[in-house]
Amino acid sequence: MNIILNGEPHTLTEQCTIGSLIEQLELTGKRVAVEVNLDIIPRSEHNKHQLQENDKVEVVHAIGGGAV
Amino acid sequence: MNDPLIIAGVEYKSRLLVGTGKYKDMEESKLATEASEAEIVTIAIRRSNIGQNPDEPNLLDILPLDKYTLLPNTAGCYNIDDAVRTCRLARELLDGHDLVKLEVLGDEKTLFPDVSATLEAAEILVKDGFKIMVYTNDDPIMAKRLEEVGCVAVMPLAAPIGSGLGIRNPYNILEIVDNANVPVLVDAGVGTASDAAVAMELGVDGILMNTAIAAAQDPVMMATAMKNATIAGRQAFKAGRMPRKRYASASSPIDGTFF
Repeated sequence: MNIILNGEPHTLTEQCTIGSLIEQLELTGKRVAVEVNLDIIPRSEHNKHQLQENDKVEVVHAIGGGAV
Repeated sequence: MNDPLIIAGVEYKSRLLVGTGKYKDMEESKLATEASEAEIVTIAIRRSNIGQNPDEPNLLDILPLDKYTLLPNTAGCYNIDDAVRTCRLARELLDGHDLVKLEVLGDEKTLFPDVSATLEAAEILVKDGFKIMVYTNDDPIMAKRLEEVGCVAVMPLAAPIGSGLGIRNPYNILEIVDNANVPVLVDAGVGTASDAAVAMELGVDGILMNTAIAAAQDPVMMATAMKNATIAGRQAFKAGRMPRKRYASASSPIDGTFF
């Protein structure tokens, strides 16, 4: 299954939840937020939410920033 | 002197708010932030690096949530949708934390805000339950409009972001302060400690800065200087300065002179 992950093509095994995607990305336990096709998927739903072919997924985190 | 800064009903001892961008490394960010004694600290929301350094230090590790109030900001957003989306992702990231800094930029060269887009984004976000500290230009009318739509703090620029030019239009800042019923913070443009003191002496409630500290030769020492200047400026404002006079006025008594 192919998705767009943070703007880049990414291939997944079939039947992948957000939780398992995060695990594959070695981001388990890190504070991240996930958006699928512009909808935020709450952390509590990550292990239930099945990704679909062509989903546009954004995984974001906090970095240093002031203005700009 | 118990003189807290109150934003959205929460009291803060420090009137200096700092950003965490542009530092050499995480350690310098940490030391400068600590030296500033800021309690509200801005952060940015960006894509996680996929497949790169999964063990790199995380900003949130050096900014513990029990010590700092994190202020996610919409820096880099040039339209309403991106700004609203960034705030919603930040709220998810920080477990429902709803205090955010809104900025919608209008132009890459000046980084001046797009005030009509800012106003529209603020309305959307306030309806969605966010507490908005809003970056705006030094226009007293727009500052009032932003307050009227429900922003919890109005943050006019003193000079362009990252310019370090200081307080370019003190009379507009003063007008914004005089009209406001919410805290007014100078956001952007401060270059050195005297600029911070000048801003505070105008009666603003606080200052948000990043580059003035991060781009100093010694950011940690400058963070301390900014902390002290913010306190000094606030105290001078509260104390009330002497009137300006054109001619001299001797401070030693004339009576009792023997010559």
